[in-house]
Amino acid sequence: MTTTASTSGSTSAPARRRSTGLGVAGWSGRGIAGVVLVVFALFFVVPIVWVLFAVTKTGGELIRQGPFTVGSFGSFAANWDQLFSFQDGAVYTWFGNSVLYALGALVLTLVISIPAGYALALTEFRGRRVLLVLTLVVMLMPSTALVLPVFLEMNALGLVGTALSVILPFSFYPFGVYLAFIYFSTSIPDSLLAAARLDGANELQVFFRVALPLAAPVVALVGFFSFTQNWNNYFLPFVMLPSSDSYPLQVGLSTLLSSTPAFNPSSAGSESVQLPTLALGTVVSVLPILIVFLFSQRFLVEGMTAGGTKE
Amino acid sequence: MFIAPYVLFTLAFGLAPAVYALVLAFTDADGAFVGIANFAKVIGDYRFFADVGHVALYLVIWLVSLLVLVVLLALLVHGIRSRRVSAVFRLLYYIPGALAGASSVLLWLFVLDPSASPVAPLLHALGFQSFNQTIAPANLPAIFAIIAFWTGAGGWIVVLFGALNNISVDVMEAARLDGANAVQIATRIQLPLMRKWIAYMSVLSLAAGTQLFVEPTLLSQASNAVVPNDYSLNQLAYQYAFAQNDFNGASAIAVLLLIVSIALSALFVWRGGLFSTEDA
Repeated sequence: MTTTASTSGSTSAPARRRSTGLGVAGWSGRGIAGVVLVVFALFFVVPIVWVLFAVTKTGGELIRQGPFTVGSFGSFAANWDQLFSFQDGAVYTWFGNSVLYALGALVLTLVISIPAGYALALTEFRGRRVLLVLTLVVMLMPSTALVLPVFLEMNALGLVGTALSVILPFSFYPFGVYLAFIYFSTSIPDSLLAAARLDGANELQVFFRVALPLAAPVVALVGFFSFTQNWNNYFLPFVMLPSSDSYPLQVGLSTLLSSTPAFNPSSAGSESVQLPTLALGTVVSVLPILIVFLFSQRFLVEGMTAGGTKE
Repeated sequence: MFIAPYVLFTLAFGLAPAVYALVLAFTDADGAFVGIANFAKVIGDYRFFADVGHVALYLVIWLVSLLVLVVLLALLVHGIRSRRVSAVFRLLYYIPGALAGASSVLLWLFVLDPSASPVAPLLHALGFQSFNQTIAPANLPAIFAIIAFWTGAGGWIVVLFGALNNISVDVMEAARLDGANAVQIATRIQLPLMRKWIAYMSVLSLAAGTQLFVEPTLLSQASNAVVPNDYSLNQLAYQYAFAQNDFNGASAIAVLLLIVSIALSALFVWRGGLFSTEDA
């Protein structure tokens, strides 16, 4: 603790810094800490960096060349062609389906959860507390726990295989309701609504003219979580949708995988997919989310810590 | 009025499916009440306890690594003096979170295949010469844990970092002046103040982990069934429903999993204190 503190004590700030443990042990501690931080940074980033290199290579280059060498634009174009001509452009269909399901659910989720959060936070009605507790419990459950039950229900109703069988369950989103509830109960004062009511506004006007315009941040937050989660969802569409025409990208990827001889030797045929093409498929499937993610660390934290503000 | 659509969806996609699964679980294909026969059947299935074992082992590896490493990395990132460097590390750690589900599993198939892997020398050093050797059954729980950690850890590191930032500077300063070193500060001050978030992370991860499905499903496809397609409980339920056309057996497993999930999350809501059901 004191080994380096003797040289100078001229200002208080450096003195304080030295007193935090930059002795011999402190330096080696810092060194180890640095190594651990960098090793884990590599662990998290290497697979992603590698796949970006992989898509520029041919199948042979991928295996023979070093992992972090660039192939050629020609190979990238060839991979692109192979990916998008797979089963007569199935990837376009899957991409379109992903957009349809994720955006459809996004719109419905917002229409349902923002008013619900508002009502839970700022109005009184019978069963409010029960609904709130139920929302919390379901929100903390993994969404996959309800997938098979929802499938059985949809099957009994004869809805399996339709776009609605995916969009409707996606739109039941208690976490979104909870985020809206927290936002409305902490950011909008009751008095504001009371004033509007005194001015003669009816309940609809209070919501649309006063509350909703102030709710832009939480609309974006709920939208972000709903979209990323549904875009990446595998289990529910996998169970609900029997035909390739209606797959979203995530499920389509598994079709690509089954057609890749490197992982599934029995699939070697006219439609076989090369490894770099499969890699490109993976990249295409996450690109929209990756782009959103790069700019949304704040969103992520706000969402994951919602409710924890109350100590 | 504002709440009606949500109530409708809660009934239709929350309560109704749960109740319907419960009904199916206690009846046979003709709808006759059969008591606990379906539960006895699935639990008696030789695959059931094998799958419980698989999932349990995976959960232990995953939760322990999550707890130890996420807390450690959050503390280390928080200890970085330069704001910019610290922000870069957090970004690098949480980016894989964008790749959930099938995409992250596919990416890891490449990483685990010694012929193409960016870490091929490491795989060779560990004695894995081929993809099928890497994904030998004994390695699977660790592999699934690594994939889950890779995808999910970054988000939690960022969250715990935020919690650490909330600890008042004065408290930390006072501890330093009293001669506490970094380890003492971490164990006596920072850990207790992070406990709530660590508990939150554990409960959510535990519940999510019991649902293991995508990883073994894709690995099974990619390995010509070296990895069985009934490796986890959710897969077993899926097999009952789709391979054996036994919706009642599938419901029994789904109900068991659902009970675990509801119990964990309800316990957390009542005991937690992290989430308030009343206005702040």
